[in-house]
Amino acid sequence: MIVDRAAAPTRSPSFGDYAPIIGTADLAAIRAFARPLRQTTATMVNSTAVGGSVAEILNRLVPLMTELGIETRWEVLTGGDDFFVVTKAFQNALQGGAFEPRADWFDLFLAVNDENRRRLVFDDTFVVVHDPQPLALVEARALVRAHWLWRCHLDLSRPHPDVWAFLRPFVERFDGTIFSSPSFTQQLGNPQYLMYPTIDPLADKNRELEPEFVQSVVEKFGIDPDRPIVTQVSRFDRLKDPLGVIQAYRLARRFADCQLVLAGGGSSDDPEGELMLREVQEAASRDPDIHVLNLPPWSHLEINALQRASTVVVQKSLREGFGLTVSEALWKGRPVVASAVGGIPSQVIHKVTGLLVHSIEGAAYQIRYLLANPGVARRLGENGHQHVKENFLITHNLKRYLLLFLRLSGKA
Amino acid sequence: MDDERAPFRFVAASYVVLIRPERAWTLSDLTDGLRTCSDASLFHHTFQSLERHHYTRFSSDFAQWTLAACNAAPLAEHLASVDVRDFVSFEDLRRALQAAIQSHLDASPGAATRNAFEPFFFCEHQSVEVPIGMQAATLRELAEGIRTLDLQTIHHHFINSRIRLQLKTNDFSHWIRHSLGLTGVAQRLDRIDIYMNTLEDLRREILSSIRSEMHA
Repeated sequence: MIVDRAAAPTRSPSFGDYAPIIGTADLAAIRAFARPLRQTTATMVNSTAVGGSVAEILNRLVPLMTELGIETRWEVLTGGDDFFVVTKAFQNALQGGAFEPRADWFDLFLAVNDENRRRLVFDDTFVVVHDPQPLALVEARALVRAHWLWRCHLDLSRPHPDVWAFLRPFVERFDGTIFSSPSFTQQLGNPQYLMYPTIDPLADKNRELEPEFVQSVVEKFGIDPDRPIVTQVSRFDRLKDPLGVIQAYRLARRFADCQLVLAGGGSSDDPEGELMLREVQEAASRDPDIHVLNLPPWSHLEINALQRASTVVVQKSLREGFGLTVSEALWKGRPVVASAVGGIPSQVIHKVTGLLVHSIEGAAYQIRYLLANPGVARRLGENGHQHVKENFLITHNLKRYLLLFLRLSGKA
Repeated sequence: MDDERAPFRFVAASYVVLIRPERAWTLSDLTDGLRTCSDASLFHHTFQSLERHHYTRFSSDFAQWTLAACNAAPLAEHLASVDVRDFVSFEDLRRALQAAIQSHLDASPGAATRNAFEPFFFCEHQSVEVPIGMQAATLRELAEGIRTLDLQTIHHHFINSRIRLQLKTNDFSHWIRHSLGLTGVAQRLDRIDIYMNTLEDLRREILSSIRSEMHA
């Protein structure tokens, strides 16, 4: 599955490398916001150094902040497998899933946070804790005078009451919380700020690719480059509704020739994911125009190429966090058909930057519509690219943190 | 801007969005929210939303929600026609928006408690400004500065300034009028339609008006 010839290799981008993308005026404004913060320092804490959108964002954000003069450290929570079983259960429960705790789970959560609190040093001006795993580190704030922020990347609108009752006191000890959408929040005693998650336009997943490379990836996977390609990129997860995508494709296919690509992966350590993948493969088995690609996690260039080669990109999730794969597709100027769930409506403004749907039939109809109307598809793609450029790039994330730091520290 | 002969001092300006706990599920809730929300919230959903209007049918968040979530197109059009340029006080703006909703509810009382497809989330604008050490003493220097500003700062100087100055004008016109005494170009800038332009279009129109004056 790995393509031999990649596009030109990249070095790690510096802040100035974003000038051709967002313009020198925006870069100058960001530099101006960083200037009063030059004597300050920051720590970002999350629970994993690789994998997932939080690690992807921090991987770029931390060096960019440091380059602008805010010395920024990135600390990763350490814990055993048992701890991460607990936090995975917490995470699912916070997003509305079922929750059946074992008696020792809450104590284990506190114990691992306590160990990390003693291991880590919080002597920076700003401490940003990402997601629920390291929440109890906030106990350290009694000892230091930092400004503490909790960045919640989850949809907290329907948390399981037991988990929320346990975690909420920690959340309310922060100076502020940051959410990806107003609809993801809970009523809290501290200020709640809005900050969209973002993509890095210079990362392998999103950077420009040579057309020859895109073509080679498509051919490598046995996809016909001369016929329309409908693609959904997401892990094989029931909530991403890959079976619904196949049904929508079949409905659309009755009237419009097209192929379907379902590209995802990361199911080897996820029994539910493996089961879903088998169901998808079974559903697709008798149709040579459905390409189910179970890709390894380092396949960023391949995913990038598949998105760029697509005629229509679909994200037919049943539930979604923010759904950054939508921004990835929009950034590449692709027309998107996506479910109106989670953070997707922030990215897809119906009939302006893409098409929102609420059912399999709706998805099929809009896929057909875009295949039959390439002019509309092109306009949606262009608008979508501009929308991402104005709202969902890593430079916006950087700017939002600087603005928040300026407000919190009274330097603006 | 206090000393009328002072140079024009450019800043870098942007904002932080605070999510408020208030939600509106119905037009009645929206009326209540409009009565009690902060000026910063009113500002965010009217003045600041102009920044994003090229993506939506209406520039006012209230109008957009009324259309998209309440399917109340006539009210949406009425709310959208409440032009921020006509107001120099939040109280007047608040009253105008409330009056538009009340007029709709008087005609369609059943609409007051009908549930929207999705709630309206009240947010609040927290402005951030930092000096960038750039200033202008002449029209040419002003144009040069405007050329290099990012779009949020253009928005700050040209649109948000109206309520800050409590005058029906903008930072650029105000300075041109009072510091350079050039009322003609100041008036031309005041007449640029902030509703029908993107911010980049706005910059082009501002620069075009200033350059016309420089070459007159």
